[in-house]
Amino acid sequence: MSETLVKDKKSSILLNSEPIVKYRDVTKSFGDVHVLKGINLDIHPGEKIAVIGPSGSGKTTIIRMLMTLEEPSSGDIIVNGTNLWKMDKKGLSIRANEKHLRDVRGDIGMVFQHFNLFPHMTILENCMSAPIHVKKENKEEVRERSIKMLDRVGLGDKLEFYPSQLSGGQKQRVAMARALVMRPKIMLFDEVTSALDPELVGEVLEVIRDIAKNDDMAMVLVTHEMDFALDVADKVLFLDQGVIAEQGAARDVLEHTENERVQAFLKRFRRG
Amino acid sequence: MSSNFRWETFVEAFPLVLQGLGLTVGLTFACFGFALLFGFVWIFLRRIPNKPIVWICTWVMEFIRSTPPLVQLFFLYYAWPVVPVVGVTLEPFTCAVLGIGIHYSTYIGEIYRSGIEGVDKGQWEASTALNFSNADKWKKIILPQAIPPTIPMLGNYFIIMFKEVPLASVIGVGGILFMANSYGASHFAYLEPLTIVGIIFLALSYPSSILIRKLEVKMNTRFDKNAVLSKSKMKTIQGMNLEGSDRIV
Repeated sequence: MSETLVKDKKSSILLNSEPIVKYRDVTKSFGDVHVLKGINLDIHPGEKIAVIGPSGSGKTTIIRMLMTLEEPSSGDIIVNGTNLWKMDKKGLSIRANEKHLRDVRGDIGMVFQHFNLFPHMTILENCMSAPIHVKKENKEEVRERSIKMLDRVGLGDKLEFYPSQLSGGQKQRVAMARALVMRPKIMLFDEVTSALDPELVGEVLEVIRDIAKNDDMAMVLVTHEMDFALDVADKVLFLDQGVIAEQGAARDVLEHTENERVQAFLKRFRRG
Repeated sequence: MSSNFRWETFVEAFPLVLQGLGLTVGLTFACFGFALLFGFVWIFLRRIPNKPIVWICTWVMEFIRSTPPLVQLFFLYYAWPVVPVVGVTLEPFTCAVLGIGIHYSTYIGEIYRSGIEGVDKGQWEASTALNFSNADKWKKIILPQAIPPTIPMLGNYFIIMFKEVPLASVIGVGGILFMANSYGASHFAYLEPLTIVGIIFLALSYPSSILIRKLEVKMNTRFDKNAVLSKSKMKTIQGMNLEGSDRIV
């Protein structure tokens, strides 16, 4: 794995740094359904990871657990050296409470498949609310930063619009700006183009490409856009039936894999 | 007792009955305000992740809804003071606010619940992803979306409560019904004062219900205020809705 990762200078820097997130034997079951069966994964600072695989393979669950939207059934997720879902109480390791989760997840941001913008706020307010109320930052400074960010995603002329007045692609770009204004160290993208009309996918991918190129945060993208994954990701994970069936440099996995399941998946995908 | 309607009596009774209006309206607002606040208490008690508390709450709400408010008023006023340890004697007005307020708070709690459940699950997830505290999630994200759609329903309950408030006359709160009754008892003339009571209720309830219908239209279009839709298009949409509701009126 290490040879494949050292594909350029950037990746070698990544490898030398301590991972910002570590998954250790993480499993997740919903009732009798075992969605994830032992995930081990390191995410290095600045690393761009694409997660691909058939639907129902647990891709989304991996990042939802990191965002604390889903609790793992077993195993550990370590963020910045702190166990996300467990905390210490008098020497005993117990289930994390809300305060612990809030302390640890501050560096993580997420963009959702269905945008989840706040419909009762303008798009500028959508961007400003969290930095002001959560991080207690200066309102004027946040305002300036939010406007800059909305400008960057191409919506600088729609600051006072409400989400209901935007197209799906525009909403998703607002959602990205809203997450970016919080200055996360890790950004999670949960099939962010799946709910969009085909002609709107391009504008959203363009923004992600721009972020991937110019920002140094780590990114995990759950996606069905293979060409996009190839273009943006340092590393690709192929998830199948709850395990990481294949991982490596994007080109190795997507173009030169010997794994039959990956080949079958990609073939089905390209045909479709 | 006179069997015919007499205008002299009507004119004489009107100002007397009207004296009770302030109390009736005041009591309605007090009961409604109390029910609005106490409705939240039910919601938050029922969201505590503790099965026995939720079970007890659900049962108490069911009990309150299944017994007539008149019986509850009588109980609070006459029986509560003799209950050991917790029993206290209540002023008639306080008693009416508590009795009617608590009774309707169980319904209003249900309305809140429907509003809260109507908020998309993604809103909770997005506010978690942005690391909002629990208090801020409620204050900034969930309630501002959950409450506005319930306002027309709450308004309907306001009118219903307005019409239920005369119940308080049985424990001696002097609203318009109480005044009409006293007039009737002392002059042996019930037809005129009670007709006046009916007219007053009609005169207040009917415009209120029209107001609430307009409010409903406004709530349905509330996120489009700075519309991309051109102003004129907005107007026609609102106009259509208003026409629709006018027709129902």
